[in-house]
Amino acid sequence: MCEKDIDGIIEKYRGQPSSLIHALVEIQHANHWLPREVMHRVAEALEVPFAQVMQIASFYKTFSLTPKGRHEVHVCTGMTCHLRGAAKLLAKVEEVTGLKAGETDAESKFTVETGACLGSCSIGPELIVDGKHYGRMTPEKAEAVLNSYE
Amino acid sequence: MPRLQSAAELEKYRAQILAGRNPAKPCIAVCAGAACDGMDSAAVAAAFVAAGAPLGDKIEVRTTGCHGYCEKGPNVVVTPGDICYFEVQPADVPEIIAATLKGEVVERLVYHDPNTGAKAVHMNEVPFYKHQTRLLIGDNPKIDPMRIDDYLAVGGYAALVKALSEMTPDQVLDEVKKANLRGRGGGGFPAGSKWETTKNAPEKIKYVIVNGHEGESAAFMDRAMLTGNPHKILEGLIIGAYAIGAQKGFMYTRHDMPLLEKHVRNALAQAKEYGLLGENILGSGFSFDVELHFDVGIFVSGESSALMRSIEGNPPEPRPKYIRTSVSGIWDKPSNLNNVETWANVPQIISKGAEWFTSIGSEKSKGTKLISLSGNVVNSGVVEVPMGTPLRTLVFDIGGGVRDGKTLKAIHFGGAMGGSIPADLIDAPLDFDGMSKLGAPIGAGGLLLMDEDTDMVEVARYLMDFLTKESCGKCVPCREGMKQMLQILTRITEGKGQQGDLERLEDLIQVTGVASLCALGKTSGDPLKSMFRYFKPEYEARIAAGSGEPK
Repeated sequence: MCEKDIDGIIEKYRGQPSSLIHALVEIQHANHWLPREVMHRVAEALEVPFAQVMQIASFYKTFSLTPKGRHEVHVCTGMTCHLRGAAKLLAKVEEVTGLKAGETDAESKFTVETGACLGSCSIGPELIVDGKHYGRMTPEKAEAVLNSYE
Repeated sequence: MPRLQSAAELEKYRAQILAGRNPAKPCIAVCAGAACDGMDSAAVAAAFVAAGAPLGDKIEVRTTGCHGYCEKGPNVVVTPGDICYFEVQPADVPEIIAATLKGEVVERLVYHDPNTGAKAVHMNEVPFYKHQTRLLIGDNPKIDPMRIDDYLAVGGYAALVKALSEMTPDQVLDEVKKANLRGRGGGGFPAGSKWETTKNAPEKIKYVIVNGHEGESAAFMDRAMLTGNPHKILEGLIIGAYAIGAQKGFMYTRHDMPLLEKHVRNALAQAKEYGLLGENILGSGFSFDVELHFDVGIFVSGESSALMRSIEGNPPEPRPKYIRTSVSGIWDKPSNLNNVETWANVPQIISKGAEWFTSIGSEKSKGTKLISLSGNVVNSGVVEVPMGTPLRTLVFDIGGGVRDGKTLKAIHFGGAMGGSIPADLIDAPLDFDGMSKLGAPIGAGGLLLMDEDTDMVEVARYLMDFLTKESCGKCVPCREGMKQMLQILTRITEGKGQQGDLERLEDLIQVTGVASLCALGKTSGDPLKSMFRYFKPEYEARIAAGSGEPK
């Protein structure tokens, strides 16, 4: 993600305070996190107080105020996945990566996250790495999946 | 494609599409629904496209939305004949194509009954499908969601044509009221009355909204509809806007499903190109446009007033309901919000009439209901049955019973704010009011089976943990009350329960229920209430076992 792309998104919504969420979502999707300096620029361009940008960015779970790892590992903790063993899956992911949910390792390789529900309940429990779904996971399979990422 | 200027032009164009299609030409429909996608149906679809390309005149390949039988994905349906192949892998593709060209069936890939080994080739013979009434989701295998022409080919936008050219807005409203269409998002409130409130509100500017947030855990039918057949929901929305007199609509849906976003964006652009959205729709003088918004990841933003705050660009905090959003919603303008499935019902009500619609379903709940069937069930997936269908049909005839030969302990409805009922209530009919009375309101329609090994205290703890994280924090009773309930439940699951815990929980349920603004807090105790009603001995035993131990 280069600065030019972020600038492009900000320019698109210049002077439109009601598009704050749209702008932040686009930046989050492209850049994977919201640097404070970028939020200052958003505040200025969209003509909203910085406090309001922070309020939105810190409230909604989609937004990250810290950098993410190269690979975003997501363990679904929805009800069906829970009934089908998501807790064991998460424990394995935490063991393999050495991270708790919400954390990123020092080498910025993985960020581990939990969330519900991604709607693929029929193939739960599942693991999602960088948007790719791995259905019907067992702790053993999950280890192999994670080891396949550099 | 030039904009269609009138209803007649649309019908002429539809006739052209149909004339260009040969119903006898075999078509292979590959499901790309959420679960099939997770089983890499994309590779299967790519293999079919590659193998089918040189055979373009003899065979057609179509990538579609969710077919329903998610458990057995990747799903492939071959027409004519609706031959169903399950768990298809890219390696199976040459064999399916060869058999299809010869008019034969690949026997090893069709449904085999796990108990008897009996085969079922056609969709209407497969147990999962044959007990369903698939009025809403049945079109999914026939439609490539990226092609508006596919929707037109199955009769799409005919209801809009009828509404705009033959009916006044009042007549449309009347028809929906007569159909007694009840909101599918959870409340079961009559959609017609809600429409009327917004219609009669004094403001000139009015909005209509599709709530496609679907935050309820283990509910996935709305995205199956919205991803698989976005034009159906859009058609319902345009008809609703016409009846209500709204100039602008909003679709509010999930940000975390790239395929859904792609399909909805494409559907809006195509509808605009064809003249079904925008200025002077089909020359009727009615103008209407739709904007797409995303949930940004918090459960409470599915609550109607919170959702509207979110569309305005604000944090999703619910508002008090003494002013209804149908009178004062987005930017304080009258805003009518309905769930995806509610809007999807509108076109067929207009096309086939209220009388037809009310002939389906139970006495007070009309039409069909989409159900997301999951948990410890053999056949999970998206199911559509008439209201009033006994739960037994859903669980056993369609669902195939409990996985791994275990026995059924409980049925849970309605996600984190729903409730659990014991297995012996399985003959209860699927009905808004009936299920609410039993303590397991249908909610959006997520039905979970829980087997004999399920720890009901842990289920309540899990649900409370979910809601605690999803509360917006505006109301103290919700924010703090749920936290206290969670602490007590956690203690009990850890074997550290104390005498008086259940009474304290009951107090907290009551206070949080009475003193919170929105449904999240109000109904946060509902799962626990149903537990106390049906599974209290389990809680008491757990406390008795742990009581008195040093902490």
